[in-house]
Amino acid sequence: MHVPPHLLSAADLDRDTALHVLDTAARIEQAIGRREVRKLPTLRGRTVVNLFFEDSTRTRISFELAAKRLSADVINFSAKGSSVSKGESLKDTAWTLQAMGADAVVCRHSSSGAPQRLSGWVDGAVINAGDGTHEHPTQALLDAYTLRRHLGDLRGRRIVIVGDVLHSRVARSNVLLLHTLGAQVTLVAPPTLLPVGVGSWPVQVSYDLDAALLGADAVMMLRVQAERMAGAFFPTAREYSRGYGLDRRRHDLLAGHGIVLHPGPMNRGMEITPEVADGVDSVIVEQVANGVTVRMAVLYLLLSGELTPGAA
Amino acid sequence: MSAVPAPHDGATESGPTEQSATALPARDQAGALRSEILSPVTLARTVDRIAHQILERHGEDDIVLLGIPTRGVHLARRLAGRLATFAGPSAGRISVGSLDITLYRDDLRRHPPRALEETSLPDDGIDNAVVVLVDDVLYSGRTVRAALDALRDHGRPRIVQLAVLVDRGHRQLPIRADYVGKNIPTAFTDDVAVRMVETDGVDSVDLVRRDAGGPVSGAARPTAGSDRR
Repeated sequence: MHVPPHLLSAADLDRDTALHVLDTAARIEQAIGRREVRKLPTLRGRTVVNLFFEDSTRTRISFELAAKRLSADVINFSAKGSSVSKGESLKDTAWTLQAMGADAVVCRHSSSGAPQRLSGWVDGAVINAGDGTHEHPTQALLDAYTLRRHLGDLRGRRIVIVGDVLHSRVARSNVLLLHTLGAQVTLVAPPTLLPVGVGSWPVQVSYDLDAALLGADAVMMLRVQAERMAGAFFPTAREYSRGYGLDRRRHDLLAGHGIVLHPGPMNRGMEITPEVADGVDSVIVEQVANGVTVRMAVLYLLLSGELTPGAA
Repeated sequence: MSAVPAPHDGATESGPTEQSATALPARDQAGALRSEILSPVTLARTVDRIAHQILERHGEDDIVLLGIPTRGVHLARRLAGRLATFAGPSAGRISVGSLDITLYRDDLRRHPPRALEETSLPDDGIDNAVVVLVDDVLYSGRTVRAALDALRDHGRPRIVQLAVLVDRGHRQLPIRADYVGKNIPTAFTDDVAVRMVETDGVDSVDLVRRDAGGPVSGAARPTAGSDRR
C-alpha cells in the first residue's frame, strides 16, 4: 500500500491504496457521523490552500469543509480579483504559496495538467480538484465510496456512465478508478461527445442507452457542459434528452438495487428528469455528503508523516 | 455497538496449565530474551480481578467499556462478559464499544499514515455515563491522552476511568490507570508483547528484552509497547 505524495490523477492509486482511502473515509464517517462535534484535531496548525482558477462553489466548499473538520487553517485563493487577474503566472503563484508555507494545495484550473506542473514547484501535497477536461480524482473517489456503500465490492459490478464524456474530467477519473476497483464500465454518449482514443480506454462504448442500462448496477449521469462547447455537438437539447437523458422509463431498466449518480450541478430536464433525480434510487445528495468525508480521508493520508525521514 | 458477549471462557479445568510468571527467559528466533509475564490462565484471572474491582466501585452504575483498538477492544469485550457474569441483580447496564484514537494522536506528522480502526459507541451516547477506557499496555500515556480528547468530542461522561492489562511505566504525561492487571518494570528498549486469542490465537503477555544477543528486528510484535506510545 503506497500513498502517493500528491493526488493528481485517479491513476496514482493502485487497488490497495484506493481501497485504503475508501476504508479511511468509512472510518472517519463512523467516528464523527452521528456526534455533535464534527471536528477532529488531526491537522491542527496545518495550512491548506484552495487555489481555484476556475469557478467552483461545490468542490471548493467541500474541500474547505473537509480541511476545517480536520482543524486545518484554510486559505481560499480564487483567481478572480487576485494577483492572477493582474497577470501573475502559475509559477509565481506557486512560489508565493511556497513562501507562505502551504502544507497542501487544492488546485482547480481550466488547463489540463496545471496541478501536475504545480506539484513540481511546491513542497506541499497537491490535490487535483479538477483540471480542464483531464481529471477530477476526488470526485471519482467519492463516487466509488457512494457506490461501495450501496453495492459493496465493486468487482464485476456494471456501471454505466452517460453523456458528455468528451469534456468530462469526472468521467476520465471514474473510468480509471472504477477499472482499478474491478468494475465493468460502459460509456454511453453521442459519437460527437466521445473523445478520440476512447477505444484504448478500459471500457465498453455504446450509443444505445436502453441496452446499456438493462440490468446495470448503477448509472452515472454527466452534466452537459455548455460552457465548454464552442461547437455544435448535438442538434437540440430536446434531441439529446430523447437519446441520452435519464427518465423514469429508462431508470426502470436498471437492476432492482440499481442507483443513480450525478456529480452535479444538474441540468434538470436535460440529462436527468426531476422525477429520477429526486427519486428513491437517487444518491445524488448523498454524494455531496460523501465528498466531504472522502476529502477528509485524502487530506489525512497526504498530510501524515511528512516529517518521517524518507517519507514522500 | 456490540452486545455484551458471552462470558470469556478463560482457562478451564481442562485448559492450559498455569505456568509461573517468573519462568526463565528464553531466546526467541530474533535472539531476544522473552519472559512470560502472564500465561493464559493468569491473564484470565487478571481480567476477572479487574472486573471485580470495577463492580466494587461502580456495581450499581450503568457502565460503558470502551476498548482502544485493537487488543483493548478484545479486553473490553472480555471484561464486559465477566462483569455480566459477576454482577448481581441490582447491577446497572453494561455496554461495550470501541474508540479509535488515531486521528487524535500527537505524532501524526512523524509517522506514515496509520490505518484507522473502528469506533463504535452506545446508541444513546456517553453523556453522564461511567466510561471505563480499556487498553492493553499503558506506557507513555499519550494514547490515553488522545482517548480523553476523543471522548470529549463524543460527549460528557460523568466519570472516566482507565483499565489496563499491563502498566510498563515510563509515563510522559500525568496519567495513571484506575485498574491495572500487572505492573511490569521495563527498560525503554524492551517490548511488551500482548497476544490475545481473538487476533493472535493465544493469550499471553511476554516481556521481550533486547540485549547483546541480538536486536529485535523484524520479529513479530503483536503489541509493541514501544511503538504504541
